[in-house]
This record gives sequence, C-alpha cells and structure tokens, in this order.
Amino acid sequence: MASNTTPLLEISGLKTYFGTGNPIRAVDGVDLTIGDGETVCVVGESGCGKSMLARSILRIVSRPGNVVGGVMNFRRSDGTMVDLASLDPTGEEIRSVRGNEIAMIFREPMTSLGPVQTIGSQIMDAIRLHRKVGKREARDRAVEILRRVGMPRPEERLNAYPFQLSGGMRQRAMIAPALSCNPRLLIADEPTTALDVTTQAVILDLIKELQAESGMAVLFITHDLGVVAEIADNVAVMYLGRVVERSDVDGIFHDPKHPYTRGLLRSIPRLGIHVGEDLDTIEGMVPNPLNRPGGCSFHPRCREAVAGLCDKFDPRRTDLPDGSQVRCLLHEQVPSVVHLAGGRK
Amino acid sequence: MLTFLIRRLGYMLVTPALVSVLTFIIIQLPPGDYLSSMVAGLSAEGVQVNRAFVEGMRERYGPGEPFYVQYWKWISNILFYGDFGQSFEWNRPVATLIYERMGLTIVLSVSTLLFIWAVAFPIGIYSAIRRHSIGAHLATFVGFIGPAIPNFLIALVFMYLSFRYLGQSVGGLFSPEFENLPWSPAKVGDLISHLWIPVIVLGMAGTASLIRIMRANLLDELNKPYVVTAGAMGHPEHVLLLKYPVRVALNPFVSTVGWVLPGLVSGATITAIVLNLPTSGPMLLRSLLTRDMYLAGSFILLLSTLTVIGTLISDILLAWLDPRIRYS
Repeated sequence: MASNTTPLLEISGLKTYFGTGNPIRAVDGVDLTIGDGETVCVVGESGCGKSMLARSILRIVSRPGNVVGGVMNFRRSDGTMVDLASLDPTGEEIRSVRGNEIAMIFREPMTSLGPVQTIGSQIMDAIRLHRKVGKREARDRAVEILRRVGMPRPEERLNAYPFQLSGGMRQRAMIAPALSCNPRLLIADEPTTALDVTTQAVILDLIKELQAESGMAVLFITHDLGVVAEIADNVAVMYLGRVVERSDVDGIFHDPKHPYTRGLLRSIPRLGIHVGEDLDTIEGMVPNPLNRPGGCSFHPRCREAVAGLCDKFDPRRTDLPDGSQVRCLLHEQVPSVVHLAGGRK
Repeated sequence: MLTFLIRRLGYMLVTPALVSVLTFIIIQLPPGDYLSSMVAGLSAEGVQVNRAFVEGMRERYGPGEPFYVQYWKWISNILFYGDFGQSFEWNRPVATLIYERMGLTIVLSVSTLLFIWAVAFPIGIYSAIRRHSIGAHLATFVGFIGPAIPNFLIALVFMYLSFRYLGQSVGGLFSPEFENLPWSPAKVGDLISHLWIPVIVLGMAGTASLIRIMRANLLDELNKPYVVTAGAMGHPEHVLLLKYPVRVALNPFVSTVGWVLPGLVSGATITAIVLNLPTSGPMLLRSLLTRDMYLAGSFILLLSTLTVIGTLISDILLAWLDPRIRYS
C-alpha cells in the first residue's frame, strides 16, 4: 500500500529526553516510516517508550520531557513537508496538525474524556477548532461521526456525559473527536487495553473499517501481539527507547531476527503447546532507564548474548536483504564487528 | 436537575426549623421571663407600668404558657410580621436593630467573598501551571503567612497605614460626616472608600487557603489523561486550561460560598470590634454578654439561616457546574 511518493511520516533519530544533566532517555534514536494508508504497530513491554514515541509525534510530551533531537518529516495535506521535531510545541503550526491531520486516541477511555462536558460538546469543540463551521453544522457533523463509530442513538448520546456511558461506548466516543477532521494519520495508544476481549475485537474492527473508508494511516501502540497479528502491515519492536527490529508483519511472526522479538513471541500463551509446562518468559525486568546497561541494552536479559561483545558494543542498525532492520550484533556483518572491536573502546 | 432542586429545598426548610427550636430554647434559658424582668426594670426606674400594656405583652409573648405555645407565638410573629420581639437592652424592636446591621454585614461579606475569588482564582491557577517559578513560591509563602497572622493585627496595621499615609478616617464603614445621613451616591462612595480595609483584612485568610486549594486541585487535574486528550485535539494552551482542568478544579471554589458567608458573619467579631464596624458580630457579642435574649436569639436564627442559604447556593452552583453531582 506504500505510495510511490515520499512517505506520510518519516522519523529518523528521534530523541525525547526528560530532564537535563543525566536525562531519562524515553525515546533514544528511533527510526520509523509510515506510508499512506499503512498500519504500523509499535510493540514492546511497559516502559519501553512506545507511548512517548506517540506523544513525541504530536509534540504533547509533558514537561520536563521534550523532543531534543531527530527529524520527523510529515507530508501535510497540501503536499508541503514539515519537520514536526523542529516546531514549537505550543505554536500555531503544530496545533493545526494536532487533531486535524494527525489525531490520537488513548488508552483509558474512562479518564481520557473531559468529565464535565458532554460527548457532543467535546466533539464539536474538536471540529470547530479546525474547521470554520457554525454550531449547528458542527452538531450535525458530530452526530454523523458518532453514527460512523457505531454509537447507537447518536442524537441522544450527544448530550450524554462520559460517566453515563459504558467502557466500549466511551472508547467509541473517544474515537469520534479524533476522526472529526478526517486525519491522515491516526495514532492509537493502546486503545483496547482497558476493554474486555469482546469489546476489544469490536473496536479493532471499527478502526480497520474506518481506515478502509478513509484511507488514513494508523500508528498502533500495543503490547498485545495478538492485536499486531490482526491489524499490522509493518511492525516496530521497541526496547528501552529504541527500535530493535523493524519488519513487515509476516517477518516478525515467521522470521523474527532480534532475540528480544523471539522472546516476546515465546511468551505468548498458546493452546495445546507445551501442555503442563511453565510459560516461557523473558527473564528479568526492563532496566531502569537512568541506569542503562552498557553495550547492547538488552544483553543482561538476552539468551544469545555473546560475552565480551554484547556487553561492550552498542549495536548499530543493520539493514537486512529482506528489507527488515535489526539492531543486534548477531546480525551485524562480521567485518563491522571486528571493526567495532578494534575501533571503539 | 428539578428533582435535585426540590430535594435540596426540602432539606433547606428542615434545618432552619430545627435551628429555630434550638434558638428558642436558648432564649428561654436565662432564669425569669422576659416580661417580668422588663416590668421589674421599669418599676426600678420609677416608671408606672400601664396594666393594659402588660396585658398586651402577656398576650404577645405568653409567658407561663406551655413551651410550644410560646414557641409558636415567637416564630409566627417572625414569619408573618417580621417581628423578632423587643430588645431588652436597647428598648427597641429587635427587627429595626438587626436590619441596620445585617444589611452592612451582607454588603461586607459579599464584597469580601468577591475579593477572595478575584484574587485566589488567578493566583491559584498561576501557581499550579508555573509550579516552580518565583511567583508561585511567593504565593505559597503568602498562603502560609496569611492565615497565620491574626486578623485584628493586620487590621491595626492597615488602620495605621491608611491614617498615616492616606489621611483617611480610621475605622467604621463611613466617615463621621456621612454616618447619620440618609443614603445618597456620595454616601455609597464613602462606604466603598472605607470598605477596602475590612475586605482585605477579612479576606486574607480565606484568600490564602483558597489559593492553596485551587493550586492543589488544578495540579491533580493537570496530570489527568483528559488534559492530554484535549491537547492532542489541538486546543491552544490557555483555552485548554480554562475549558477542561480549571472547569473541574472549580468545584471547591464554589463550595466556599457555603462556609465563607457564615464564617465572615460570625467569625469576624474581633476584627469588627477593632475596626469599629457596624456589623452584626459586635452586637451579637454584646447581646450575649448582657443576656439580651431576643436580640441574641434573632441573630443566631438569622446566621444559621444564612448558612443554610449559603450552602444551598453553593450546592446549586455545584450541580450546575458538575454533571456528576447533578445526576447521582
């Protein structure tokens, strides 16, 4: 589905740090490409920086965090390119992108909507922020959007408050303002995490359906590999603020390159396999980002780590012949490793 | 909303009714009845007491009759004729004494409340969103100093300053030349020029605590996901702040109406004495000291009614502001 022109959003070397001096490197040199109409999933454990990556794109990282480096080239609807990383996070230009060309839906529908405004007023706010329309027309559009996201009796629900809706309905209400301006990129930050499985499936179907209708691209943040298998075109696996593997969805599931990806896949419970055995897990916890291990940051938990190499050298991005990318010394060309061993301390 | 209002109004009627019974018990507490002490007092001054007058008074207050009869006579006169009885000490109807004082008390309380809101609202918001700025630290400092200094002390300082540097007459709510004149635009102007000292003095503690409440609440709200959502929609920062988190953090602001009104009316007695304010506090204190029971009782009744009304207003405002209250 990738278009032959430049990608919709091309991120390279994105860095989002919290604090100065010895900052927390929430996002530490991420490369990612999203084409028109494409679905890219970002997966990883809690704390790997995937939500911060999402927020960095919209420049809504809360203080003291800030985008400190990298480039995010976004192709606006009029065809001009803009580097989101270089914009003033409170400025007018980024605001005209937020909610308009790039919209975002969030993890917790219970708390992600304003508690004292009606659903309708929040959707209408979003519409009138970016479109010059009167109250009545905004209202008509809000009803139309609520109907599109599958809200029953949308005219009535317009006047409902978030606390009067069930979880699934709230998530629909959450998606509605995001769609109100026909964004070209929808960022979904674990939108199904707080929902029960049935509702999850419904919301996923809804997002796929809306995507097919409007042709928007979706950046889907999740830790649920089942969701990834269902919706992704391409996948980026994140570990400690970095993308350690990037591939199309088949590559991730059938030919995972990075030991971390393989670990994630092994830890999915499956029916009928390994009956009576403990579920395989990745040992240990995500390290404290303030106390990052030297060398490859995954090496203390990696089963395939090579002593004397992985704890010393930080792997670089390696582009593999099948089009995927991986950050692991096991995949670096031998000369490069030798060069590293000789060239760096 | 309608059922909410009806329910609230119902509660509102019950409380003053109970308070009125209590008040009447207090009025009845001192030994001897009002009428005998008045007759005794008049005779002691050598005044011949008219028998018909005594009979009339007996009919009016019903001493010696059962408690509920006396209570009914008292309360029905208040409700139907606005007659609160006679002040023993001043020898005038309580109603006229009270109306003078209550009017000014309400003017003072409302101005103080508005002052508190006007100052605490922007400073509270500011010190929440610029949490580590010098201004915010200053506001926190004042916020602790404010309630710690006794009001009457601040009052004395302000009196000194305004006398020394502004040449204003000190104390009271009017200049001497306006004191006994009927109301006129000039007198209103004079009132306003005198009002600022008591307003600042009385509002200091309330402002300080409200700044802290506003700051704490807003800080809580600012970290909630819906603020991020609103930001992701592309709202400009100030619109976003006022429309979403500040809206929610406003609740305690509104609830203050309930406690600020009675606090100002009753708690400001010492300040009122120091500043020589013609408000209700000093008169209530005096009436209690001299056991002028009808006067004291009437004040207590009015103050509790004001409290109930204040609470009602704040409840209605809260319900209007926050749908979660309205619908549960």
